[in-house]
Amino acid sequence: MTVATPPEIQSAVPRLQPSGWIRYFSFSVDHKVIGLQYLVCGFAFYLVGGALAGAIRTELASPVSDFMARDVYNQVLTLHGTVMIFLWIVPVVNGAFGNYLIPFYVGARDMAFPRLNAVAFWLIPPAGLMLISSYFLTGAAQSGWTAYPPLSITTPAAGQVIWILSVLLLGGSSIFGGINFIATILKLRRPGLKLMQLPMYCWAMLGTSILVVLSTPVLAGTLVLLSFDIVAHTGFFNPGLGGNVVVYQHLFWFYSHPAVYIMVLPAFGLVSEILPVHARKPLFGYVTMVYSIMAIVGLGLIVWAHHMFTSGTPPWMRLFFTIATAFIAVPTGIKFFNWLATIWGGRINLNSAMLFSCGFIVNFVLGGITGVALAQVPFDIHVHDTYFVVAHFHYIVFGGSVFVVFASVYHWYPKFTGRMLHEGLGRLHCALTFIGFNLCFGPQHWLGLNGMPRRVAEYDPQFTLINQISSVGALLMAVSTLPFLWNVVQSAISGPLAGDNPWNALTPEWLTTSPPPVENWVGEAPLVEEPYGYGVPIDQLDLAATSGRDLWSSGK
Amino acid sequence: MTSTISQASDEASSEVSSDHGHEEHGDFRMFGLATFLVADAMTFAGFFAAYLTFKAVNPLPEGAIFELELPLPILNTVLLLVSSATFHKAGQAIRQGDNGRCRRWLLISAGLGIAFLASQMVEYFTLPFGLADNLYASTFYAATGFHGLHVTLGALMILIVWWQARPEGGRITAEDHFPLEAAELYWHFVDGIWVVLFVILYLL
Repeated sequence: MTVATPPEIQSAVPRLQPSGWIRYFSFSVDHKVIGLQYLVCGFAFYLVGGALAGAIRTELASPVSDFMARDVYNQVLTLHGTVMIFLWIVPVVNGAFGNYLIPFYVGARDMAFPRLNAVAFWLIPPAGLMLISSYFLTGAAQSGWTAYPPLSITTPAAGQVIWILSVLLLGGSSIFGGINFIATILKLRRPGLKLMQLPMYCWAMLGTSILVVLSTPVLAGTLVLLSFDIVAHTGFFNPGLGGNVVVYQHLFWFYSHPAVYIMVLPAFGLVSEILPVHARKPLFGYVTMVYSIMAIVGLGLIVWAHHMFTSGTPPWMRLFFTIATAFIAVPTGIKFFNWLATIWGGRINLNSAMLFSCGFIVNFVLGGITGVALAQVPFDIHVHDTYFVVAHFHYIVFGGSVFVVFASVYHWYPKFTGRMLHEGLGRLHCALTFIGFNLCFGPQHWLGLNGMPRRVAEYDPQFTLINQISSVGALLMAVSTLPFLWNVVQSAISGPLAGDNPWNALTPEWLTTSPPPVENWVGEAPLVEEPYGYGVPIDQLDLAATSGRDLWSSGK
Repeated sequence: MTSTISQASDEASSEVSSDHGHEEHGDFRMFGLATFLVADAMTFAGFFAAYLTFKAVNPLPEGAIFELELPLPILNTVLLLVSSATFHKAGQAIRQGDNGRCRRWLLISAGLGIAFLASQMVEYFTLPFGLADNLYASTFYAATGFHGLHVTLGALMILIVWWQARPEGGRITAEDHFPLEAAELYWHFVDGIWVVLFVILYLL
């Protein structure tokens, strides 16, 4: 592993922060440490959420409730949704890669508010542990990740209150992170670096952070009101006391629809970084990508009621939200075609990162099509609260975001550790995940269209075979984690050395050592005016000119 | 001393003590605070949206009481608006390097904030409805209570700034007075929210 800091500088570093492995368990303010903290912590919660999913699919392998009691099933599905969304995808696509990459991309030494950054991370483990421990202490919440009243008011109170507290903490973490990203991208850019020269992930994170800052507080306020209904017996959302459950749904989805974009926009950004490198072509349509992201941000705030077409929404509201949702498919489609055009005719290196990215494109377009279908009122009323919806959003959040998370791990692992991952195991991981995922969630479209409701432990026996196929897919997905885990652990110890820039990439994080020094670059940060300047033969690619390597070798 | 360490020790610090790798950058703490206040405003927006929707579609049942008197909230509005002005005077004073005058205006601002809280308490105890009596009452208490929490925090901030502005050994000077500016922005924000709240809850 390359040691980044020359000895004479290292000795001058005052040890205000722990070094070595212990720093990953400390209140470190180094954005790279915090990024990896987010990543590993998120992955640990992913394993928990995956185990819960395994329990769900085991229960659903037979039409009767035999594996666990029905109320336990409710707790398990609530925990599964909450853990996967708030503790795995949101922290990882935003916190992990955002913290690691954004300071590099803007040419900074760290995030704008390093201590706030550390606070934002350290809110997550306690909130997650609190949430999971509620299962053992009081029984977890039973009302799903949406916590719709009156269900959330009538199910056992203790678990629901703990659920609310954890989500409030995680929301706070998310807001702090969002503020930090906005300040970093807008205010901490290196002199001379223009907004339209930023790598696409910066734009994705800027858009995501705007959504976080605007929508997460509304959820926080709503959950406080919900907790009053539970604890102080107010009647905000309790029809028995004159309250209005639909207001909860509006406020909840005002956050939770943007939350879908909070989970998937950063993934769009990450895949826009990965594709050009491994296709050796510039990112197609940079400017349209930027405007598409901002259009998604704007429209994403006004489509929420398409989740509520069966909640007695008036006709004008149905019409408005259907049209708005159809509109949001346009910028999303632009991005999709831009990715295709990026890899079109490129010299594609079909490694694990690229394979996962291609898997993302395939899965995401399927999830996107079913999403547009679901926004159409007549269709939505037919399949609302069925497994069609379950299939749709898993195609977005797993087939979309999680595939990109894995692609990103394969792409940036050499940067994180200085070592390469084993390519064969990576491809095995990708194949198992892709087959398992589609086997698990593809058939659920059929289940939903034929009327199998979601969130129930028992179902009509005619659905048994398809459910068993789905469960086999889930098992494959569980198995697919094993080569990945082995690969990341084994390669960290004895993987082949990666060198500084194994992909010959041009984005700024590669123009330093792997792993990077504490201050990201020794010497001045490189000014990368064309982060996607590929398309010339490798021997003509002037890495040294852009990398500031001359400064590095002269010891400045 | 490397850049990250010095940034770590105080991200706000603008001092440059290293020979390499530390670019001086502007102070964007106010920018961060303003972004946070946008988020905070959205929380209130959620409460207001809920209240207005309840008003529009959920009529109170027979016999439920939700009546608000105007005199006390008008007094509260005046208290907060005046406190914004006095805080502004405190800011002017510190920019002229007059810590003593600054501290007097700060004390007056904090006093007005505490008077607001006291007056709000009086209103709470004289209102003919309680937290869980009906839907409008609950929303009224949630919104005003959440705002009152902000005023409480703001008053505490002012007192902390008052302490930091002491002439001997205080950290707030004519050149460097970020805590005062931050508290001032926050205080104006809380006052602005009150005006919106006053219109929505008391006038509409």
